[in-house]
Amino acid sequence: MFTEENRNSQISQNSENSFSPDNELEVSKIVKKLYQENLSVEIIGSGSKRRIGKKLKCKKILDLSKLSGVIEYLPEELYIKVKACTPIAEIEALLKKHNQELAFEPLDLGYMFYGKSNKGTASGHVSCNFSGSRRFKVGSIRDHVIGFRAVNGTGDIIKSGGNVVKNVTGYDLCKLICGSFGTLVALTELTFKVLPSKENSNTLVIHELSTKDATAMLNKVASSSSDTSGAVFLPLEPKNGNYEQNIESLFKLNDLQYKGPFTAIRLEGSKTSIQERLANLKKELDLDGKEISNLDTYQSTLFWEKIKNLEFFNNSKNAVLRAVIPPSSCVKLINFLDNKYKYFVDWGGSLVWFEVNDLSNSSLQPIRQFILELNGYLTVIKHPDDQRSLEEVFTVAPDRLDISNNIKKSFDPKKIFNPGKMY
Amino acid sequence: MTQLVMPKIDKKILSNKETIVKKLKEITNSNNVLSHESELIPYETDALTAYKQIPLVVALPETTHEVSEILKYCNNEKIKIVPRGAGTGLSGGALPLEDSIVLNLGKFNKILEVDFGNRCVVVQPGVTNLAITKAVQHKGFYFAPDPSSQIISSIGGNVAENSGGVHSLKYGTTTNNILGVEVVLMDGTICRFGGKTYDSEGYDLLGLISGSEGLLGVITEITVEIKKNPQTVKAALIGFPTIEDGGNCVSSIIAGGIVAAGMEMMDKVLIEATDNFSKAGYPRDAQALLIVELDGTKSDVDELINKVSEIAKKNNATSLKISNNEEERLKFWAGRKAAFPACAAMSPDYYCMDGTIPRGRLAEVLKEINRLSKKYDLPVANAFHAGDGNLHPIIMYDANKEKSLEKAEEFGADILKYCVKVGGVLTGEHGVGVEKRELMCEMFNDNDIQQQLRIKKALDYNSLLNPGKVYPILKKCVEEGRARVHRGE
Repeated sequence: MFTEENRNSQISQNSENSFSPDNELEVSKIVKKLYQENLSVEIIGSGSKRRIGKKLKCKKILDLSKLSGVIEYLPEELYIKVKACTPIAEIEALLKKHNQELAFEPLDLGYMFYGKSNKGTASGHVSCNFSGSRRFKVGSIRDHVIGFRAVNGTGDIIKSGGNVVKNVTGYDLCKLICGSFGTLVALTELTFKVLPSKENSNTLVIHELSTKDATAMLNKVASSSSDTSGAVFLPLEPKNGNYEQNIESLFKLNDLQYKGPFTAIRLEGSKTSIQERLANLKKELDLDGKEISNLDTYQSTLFWEKIKNLEFFNNSKNAVLRAVIPPSSCVKLINFLDNKYKYFVDWGGSLVWFEVNDLSNSSLQPIRQFILELNGYLTVIKHPDDQRSLEEVFTVAPDRLDISNNIKKSFDPKKIFNPGKMY
Repeated sequence: MTQLVMPKIDKKILSNKETIVKKLKEITNSNNVLSHESELIPYETDALTAYKQIPLVVALPETTHEVSEILKYCNNEKIKIVPRGAGTGLSGGALPLEDSIVLNLGKFNKILEVDFGNRCVVVQPGVTNLAITKAVQHKGFYFAPDPSSQIISSIGGNVAENSGGVHSLKYGTTTNNILGVEVVLMDGTICRFGGKTYDSEGYDLLGLISGSEGLLGVITEITVEIKKNPQTVKAALIGFPTIEDGGNCVSSIIAGGIVAAGMEMMDKVLIEATDNFSKAGYPRDAQALLIVELDGTKSDVDELINKVSEIAKKNNATSLKISNNEEERLKFWAGRKAAFPACAAMSPDYYCMDGTIPRGRLAEVLKEINRLSKKYDLPVANAFHAGDGNLHPIIMYDANKEKSLEKAEEFGADILKYCVKVGGVLTGEHGVGVEKRELMCEMFNDNDIQQQLRIKKALDYNSLLNPGKVYPILKKCVEEGRARVHRGE
């Protein structure tokens, strides 16, 4: 006889080494078994971000992709609750119908890794905590996760947070799981804060500024009262065979002809508001004598899609790195990278993405050292396939290592989740 | 005063007071160690004055090194520590234990660096919230979180409690507006979480320490993010014939895609109390009053004010005033900001609650609060951060009447349980402290609490930092045998 109990006692297994549970209870049972048997496990959703970090050598795979679907969406309460591996594209499409969005602009790393779109799942984004160009205005993913359910490393089902934004009941574990790369828990449910999407978008492009002027301008933009929501700088690409020259073809729009390095600033809102802020911003930035272009909503949306999709590094054969720095140090980092590497600046000068064609321990070390001296940090996002085990992927300050290890143990005492991925 | 079960007192520590004082005086200036009863009385409570306990000693260290030495010593000797900022917390988070040292961070009162280039300010924890804005306002910047205590509450306390304020709907709470902290762990380890960058790599320990109510570490330095002032700010003051209409208006504003800088609602009791107190010009015939604040560029604000006015009319608004200048806008707020003194003028004592609910359940929750008010025979006034669903019922009682406080507390607990029942949470911004400790089981089961206790243990192995706070002691939801929380041990 088929009963709920019978059904729950079976564990879905793709193969001897790969589990694909249908529900949270099954995840819990599988993890309890793995815990008892001391077996390490790689947790995957759609696998879109599997190539980030060191290559894992786990005994088992926990494929959570069946935990998919919207559980509850209340537009007027500004939240959406989903099963952890719901495709981000599905969430975005549903929100769009109600003129809402995930304001942190989930990145599409598919272009960089595979040359085509692959946005991955909700839990993949949460596990990485990489946020889009609005970071300096709206915060990052960690500021938009308001609740979760998960299974910890002993197989217990745990939860934290709730459906409301203002909540200080107990420790804020939502923050802790963001950017933990699946090393603390197997996520089963996520609740995101959502926000109204903007009716219009407009992009002001300023051509051919020197790197020094461009970074100064980005900083001014992020400190402006004109309520900007994106500020990037795209420099000249290194003119050598190591890097693909795609900037000109990529950013070719009716009102944007590539002439050399450019700075792009986004304004979003109603048409009248954008016009008012644009006029104000031009005054603030003192653009007299500078060559500028202006992208309307259609072109502006396309432009920022390309930035969000990291199409600049489309299917690159090289390593791709991500440096986060205090914005006032941006110019120093750019001077360090200029002409050697292909890069672009995002987050109004706080984030630099760059491509390195000769990544090895010896080439990475001085770059990381330089960024550390700027009080920033560096992450290797994409390794060329043959080098995945070579490098230290993350930058974690030594004084935090012990603490992080203790935190890891408090969730996953036998270190069975994604061992070696981060800690 | 109601009986509160606290962790077991270590008699050995009490009898060792002289040695402890001597050791503390070796670590910090001897004037920074208070041990006579008359010196200790000011530290016996925080802003939850129903609970009082004189600590063993109060220490006021002046440097991070001193904090570290004190904690290291206490960790070795198993002496409990209660960190304290300005003592304005409303949930008893800084309530001392008889055998504890209160670690007052009041001497950490300097602004260390104003860094406009990186849009941040580096401060010591004893600096007041408002002092940060004052330090940067000449260049048009401000620090966004604005708890009503901002004139006196310290930023260290704001981080420990993850304080919010009226503008958190649009600008977030403290955790969303800080970049880094320097923390001393109970074993004396000094470490930095975050810095001047966004989203530091590795586990988000900055996010974990925010709102941890002094249980995980002592914060000795904070880097806060500052924002540029909006160009224009205007407010609308809207009266409604029923709470339902007010609640529906809030939902329609949000459904209309408008993210207001602040949306505050008051019920009739509070409208009259605050208007008597501050002469704010509130519509006294209204059952519910809504203040909607909008910011941005001039055209933005004008457009949004028009939209809000339309929505208000559709939801049966009986009065609608728009601020024409800054003076008027501040007058609109004057009543709301005087909510506590206005209640104090009506009743000898009041008890402010702090639950968060889904906005759409407001009318239902207020109805239940009014029912409970009759049941307990205690008047209640309601202030509500309507934008983010954070409800502050203010229960009025007279502590001199027998069992009055107990009744107020039971009333409060019933309100919070109802908040959880409708899908909300126990506390939006005041913290759990000792006040809501035993209610944690309404929201969390044994697994959830065990996980949190394991995190506590990971950073404070001997459970010496602020014991007796946040997690239940009476074991209502903690399974026998697994818990290490019996009477706080």
